[in-house]
Amino acid sequence: MSFWEYANPRKFMALTDRAMPWLFTLAGVSLVVGLVWGFFFTPNDFRQGSTVKIIYLHVPSAMMAINVWVMMLVTSLVWIVRRHHVSALAAKAAAPIGVTFTLIALATGAIWGQPMWGTWWAWDPRLTSFLILFLFYLGYMALWSAIEDPDTAADLTSVLCLVGTVFAVLSRYALIFWNQGLHQGASLSLDKEENVADVFYHPLLLSIAGFVLLFIALVFYRTRTEIRARRLYAIGLKERMANA
Amino acid sequence: MPDLGTYAVEVLSAYAVSIGLLIALVVVSVLRGKRVKRALEAAEARLRNG
Amino acid sequence: MIALLTRDLRLAVRAGGGFGLALAFFLIVTALVPFGVGPDTSILTRIAPGILWVGALLACLLSLDRIFALDFEDGSLDLLATAPIPLEAVVGIKALAHWLTTGLPLTLAAPVLGVLLNLDPQGFVWLVVSLAIGTPALSMIGTFGAALTVGLKRGGLLLSLLVLPLYVPTLIFGAEVVRRGSDALATATPLALMAGITAGSVALLPFAAAAALRVNLR
Repeated sequence: MSFWEYANPRKFMALTDRAMPWLFTLAGVSLVVGLVWGFFFTPNDFRQGSTVKIIYLHVPSAMMAINVWVMMLVTSLVWIVRRHHVSALAAKAAAPIGVTFTLIALATGAIWGQPMWGTWWAWDPRLTSFLILFLFYLGYMALWSAIEDPDTAADLTSVLCLVGTVFAVLSRYALIFWNQGLHQGASLSLDKEENVADVFYHPLLLSIAGFVLLFIALVFYRTRTEIRARRLYAIGLKERMANA
Repeated sequence: MPDLGTYAVEVLSAYAVSIGLLIALVVVSVLRGKRVKRALEAAEARLRNG
Repeated sequence: MIALLTRDLRLAVRAGGGFGLALAFFLIVTALVPFGVGPDTSILTRIAPGILWVGALLACLLSLDRIFALDFEDGSLDLLATAPIPLEAVVGIKALAHWLTTGLPLTLAAPVLGVLLNLDPQGFVWLVVSLAIGTPALSMIGTFGAALTVGLKRGGLLLSLLVLPLYVPTLIFGAEVVRRGSDALATATPLALMAGITAGSVALLPFAAAAALRVNLR
């Protein structure tokens, strides 16, 4: 049996129906354990004090904010090439999750930045590219909700996702250039290799796993909703045709 | 409760904001999921009964 | 193709076509900035490159939704789609027409507004050069956005939300060229990068825009 079998909505629904409770349980357990471990049972950093605990939220959400977009890019490509509805709907289902993760990353970053850098916000390339990523998510979601016909919407948003990806990557490098052009060497970014010791690393890994699992569980759940919504739309069309 | 020192407000608010956002996301997803499921079941029942 | 170009140009120049509107908008935006930040000329000199670029970008945005909207409403877009010239070429011509009626006038008007904002004398050449190289990218990206939103009611607002994030790299490099030019620094790197974006946009985006148009005309 090949992977593409799950492009059949019926097969997808059957598989995810069985997987849903497991996924949500696993996601919940690893998130709770990872965050509780990180919050209650890790020491404070000698320089950052207790604010180091924010890492268990900030790093996983920031990582996932980018990975969700990559997942949307892949599913958009699959839709364009193979025309599997499940793929397009999965991209649609993922976008609000990506937005939430981006918001969490921005919010926790700002809260951490206030005591550590003395400012909520700096026009650092990393921070700014997340702001732009947030805008891309908003535009993508706005385009989905503006178009009524699901296939047209899937096509147009896929094209936008492809072009958007190119420009998002361009913006990332443009921002590095832009910031260095203003004040050289004033990089505010965390150097992970230096900062994260083992005591922080293990709960962080668990919390990352929690975010990944939560994303998978949510994206399956939301894709199921979108599949049902699409079927509902099709039935509605049929009824209107019959009545007309 | 661990001693959070000077940065208690920051750490707690970061956790509150993040967990709040995650819960909001789950709640919104589940609510819409339930609504769509109900609507679809109603529509399919209509379809069967003609 | 040339017939299409002249037709688009004539439509744009004719009264109500929006030609001149972008220029007036550009003038107003740049004239408003000193009211906001105060008349201190040294501050104005410092922010002039950024303001002029943002102003040009917003003025460009203003006329984007007209690129396809009129043709879509009266059905000539369907004709163009079935015409013997490829849709990609139609998109390219549309973008060119947009650039000739907004990007080019903006480029030519920018030095005058630079005087208003007390732009450094060394910056004027770079302002014109950067706008001349950068605005084609703005037109092309905007045409892509217009192709995405062509059939939508209230597409204008959505169009800005979609297009503005795509303008970020062009804006960064464009303003950087002028800023470096004003400070008498080397401008070759940002200029080359911006030219790269323009060339890439012009080469690839017509395909994306044509694909979006085909979907919208289905």
